[in-house]
Amino acid sequence: MSMVDRIDLTPPSPRLNAPILMLGLAALLILGRAWLPEGLPAGLMRLPEALVVPFADWINAAFAFLRDDLGLMEVTRAFAAMLEWLLDVTANILYGKNRWPRLGPLPWSVVAISMAALGWWLGGWRLAVLAGGTFVWIAVMGQWQWAMETLSVIVVAAPFSVFAGLILGIAAWRWKGVQRILNPILNVAQSLPHFAYMIPVVVFIGVGPKAGAIVTIIFSVPPMIRMTELGLRKVPEEVVEAGRMGGATPWQLLTRVRLPTARGDILIGVNQVIMQCLAMVVLASFIGMPGLGQKLLQLLQALKIGLSVEIGITIVLIAVVLDRLSRAWAKRQPLHHALGLSWARRHPVLLIWAVAVVLAFALSQLFPLLAQVPRREALSIAAPVDMLVDWLIRLVDPVTTWLRWFLITWVLIPLRDAILWLPFSAVLIAVAAAGWAVGGWRSALVMLGFIGAIALSGWWDRAMITVYMVGFSVFLAALIGFPLGIWAAGSETRANRMLLICDSLQTFPSFIYLIPVVMLFGVNDVAVVMAVVTFAAVPLVRYTIEGLRGVAPELIEAAHMSGTTRRQMLWHVQLPMAAPVMLVGVNQSVMFSLFMVIIAAFIGTQDLGQELQRALSVSDVGKGLVLGLAVAFMGLAVDHLLRQMSERMRQGGGA
Amino acid sequence: MTDAIQTPVPVISCRNVWKVFGPRPEVALAAMKADRDARPEGHVTAVRDVSLDIMPGEMLVVMGLSGSGKSTLVRCLSRLNEITAGEILIEGQDIGRLNEAGLIELRRRKMGMVFQSFGLLPNRNALENVAFPLEMRGQPRAARIERAREMLALVGLKGRESYFPRELSGGQQQRIGIARSLAVEPDIWFLDEPFSALDPLIRREMQDEFLRLKGMLKKTIIFITHDFDEALRLADRIAIMKDGRVEQIDTPDRIVLQPATDYVARFTAEIDRARVLHVAGLAGPVAGRAIDGPALPGGQTLRDLARRLVNDSRDWIPVADGTGRITGMLERARALDILLGDAA
Repeated sequence: MSMVDRIDLTPPSPRLNAPILMLGLAALLILGRAWLPEGLPAGLMRLPEALVVPFADWINAAFAFLRDDLGLMEVTRAFAAMLEWLLDVTANILYGKNRWPRLGPLPWSVVAISMAALGWWLGGWRLAVLAGGTFVWIAVMGQWQWAMETLSVIVVAAPFSVFAGLILGIAAWRWKGVQRILNPILNVAQSLPHFAYMIPVVVFIGVGPKAGAIVTIIFSVPPMIRMTELGLRKVPEEVVEAGRMGGATPWQLLTRVRLPTARGDILIGVNQVIMQCLAMVVLASFIGMPGLGQKLLQLLQALKIGLSVEIGITIVLIAVVLDRLSRAWAKRQPLHHALGLSWARRHPVLLIWAVAVVLAFALSQLFPLLAQVPRREALSIAAPVDMLVDWLIRLVDPVTTWLRWFLITWVLIPLRDAILWLPFSAVLIAVAAAGWAVGGWRSALVMLGFIGAIALSGWWDRAMITVYMVGFSVFLAALIGFPLGIWAAGSETRANRMLLICDSLQTFPSFIYLIPVVMLFGVNDVAVVMAVVTFAAVPLVRYTIEGLRGVAPELIEAAHMSGTTRRQMLWHVQLPMAAPVMLVGVNQSVMFSLFMVIIAAFIGTQDLGQELQRALSVSDVGKGLVLGLAVAFMGLAVDHLLRQMSERMRQGGGA
Repeated sequence: MTDAIQTPVPVISCRNVWKVFGPRPEVALAAMKADRDARPEGHVTAVRDVSLDIMPGEMLVVMGLSGSGKSTLVRCLSRLNEITAGEILIEGQDIGRLNEAGLIELRRRKMGMVFQSFGLLPNRNALENVAFPLEMRGQPRAARIERAREMLALVGLKGRESYFPRELSGGQQQRIGIARSLAVEPDIWFLDEPFSALDPLIRREMQDEFLRLKGMLKKTIIFITHDFDEALRLADRIAIMKDGRVEQIDTPDRIVLQPATDYVARFTAEIDRARVLHVAGLAGPVAGRAIDGPALPGGQTLRDLARRLVNDSRDWIPVADGTGRITGMLERARALDILLGDAA
């Protein structure tokens, strides 16, 4: 109680006056809209048509110049040709596409054994079972061809991304100028929705696997750059000094001291590259990338739930396996061998793998089923799943129908109408006021810059629809996520279990979340909101748990000794201390929602996402990039606001 | 023979060395040179006008509390940090003027350094860590492995060659650090708080190990510590630093007997002087007094000779050096005062 009193007693700081004035102005505008007989002047309602900046035309002109006059097309086509050659090689080896070197396809048993051996070497028998089992599942379910189409792109794209990210990361670490240029680009790149990347690629490369590979490479580079730079900065100063005292040249220092010491962080970067690759490859089905994603897209659009669940399981399994393998690699620490062991004793996994692979090759010659499982001999769980789902839907249908009706008529539509009713001038002023309140006039300008740019682009209405969907979804996600996180943080085992679930959920490509909601709610706004809510609740739960667990134990003990009840402990000690971390969760949640809303657009929404997909279908680069940047700017504005808030809370020592 | 040849040339010689951290160190330095008490905004002066000489085979301990600039000073001597002003001569050569290749060559041939948190490469095993400086200077693999094995045996880690740093205890990791710093047979050995990260029992053990190596190897040593007892135990000479300045540089006996400043006196106040003071350091000149009876060995501490001092009945006892030559006379009453802790 005393805390509240103290806050009330402090006189408001003079800085708070500006935002209050601005909020008052925004309120006046809104009141004017409501009460003035002839409404507000049109110029305050929406940006006048004359002021809309034709960003799209400018971008299109710039791209036309790059493509035609500068001949950049030739360069990109040459790069794409090289990439296509590599893709053909992996495609030949993995699923027997009729190309040089005409070696493939590898029998599925050989691939499964190799993955199991890799899992064993990196993380013991559990990982071996998971990795091997996943590939057995893929083969037995008759999805080998699609899965290998997807993986053949990752096998080519991930090394490119890792290499490019490593070089750029080193450059950013080494030269301040490079870092200063790269940092804002990375910020925007990491908040651009997936589709915004696809349109320029379609323009330059066309559609198909090589376009998919290129978009995947571009999309997955940023985290690698970030992690490389971070890892190099984290190398302990003494290790570097020891290297210098050992007489290392700058090159030796980088290659033999800094990079090996930063190994852990760099490999976390590799892990993120692989996961981003997978997410993008699945989505690249929109630009004609064959594989699991395309299959899933077709099946979802045809509402074939059982079959899409099968594919969904495969994608999830691949995601989990790739994530666990690459993380185990990052965590792997060297171990010494006892002296005088033979080569075979030091490399048992390698030996067993070699023997098993030779055996598998031989056996697959004898039993063709071990080489390839033809579609008609494959198992399927589609029929029972369909039955189960039908039964489930019949069971919950009254609830979902009512929920759908309630949400659409009483929440979604009124909310959408309300947000579209608001004058854009009032929104801009309110947003700037929020910026001023948390970070002074600089933040106000930043916020105004981001949101103002959206107004200038002329996509205000669509953007507001995106805002309402994201806002409402994050609100719902918070209603679920915060209590769940608080509950889970109550015990160590619960917290660990919940974090494991969150970890797994976060590795799934976002596309997967659409399967259950389409199943339950059909194809409409409610399904989109539900998918976004599920997706966005994950970071909230996760950061709530981590924030609460991060509270210093001495603080808890001190509070116990002051005789707090559980409720007082939560409200006056734990939550205030955890708030900065929880805000980071909210921030991530908003980002995830933005991405998800855009992806979900193909089930039919009226926001920026749908326009973005339209732009993609006619490969309109200008429009696509403007829309993508509009989404990115929303994300960056929220990011700025929440970061400032979190920072202020931390400096204020919690509350 | 001229004087110059008789007095040995210092291995390391610092002349008015300054190190200022901050955005504009030169400007800050000029301000401080003009006004001794200036504290330029945004700058930290880690080393303040330090001049000192270190002789061949000497062991200098630089002692100071955290933030006194001792670690920065040693990093200036090895040019891990560039100095702001002054000059540092190593065997008569100004290291500030060396180009990068020359500096790397100097480190590869002449210098070794041990770090407080060991500074080992986590991805290399003990043997490869020790061989690292040899690898850097391009020694063939077989030769450097051979040498690294020898060095590990020297520091008592035989049989642990293939262990990785994280599989070893702190004391063992520091032994690797010591072996690595000695692998290139350096003439100058820097140790930056080498035992501070270790717990007290291991620290004691490592100090003994260090004294053994020191006796064996005869190197010029610069040893950094914040522990005054450690300094007294190991040093030929001690430099006490505060706020980047050297407060006093002298032998342990003289620092204890004649602290130059109040700051130094605060360190010496609490220690057991009988354990530190050597008989030779306490003895006065013979000054015509009668020399009779057996002499005391000058190299031992009062504590070592406590029983003899108590049982002796002479007021003035002769003191001899290692060769048996009488070097001075010790006043027994004063020695007993110190021994019993009554000395003012």
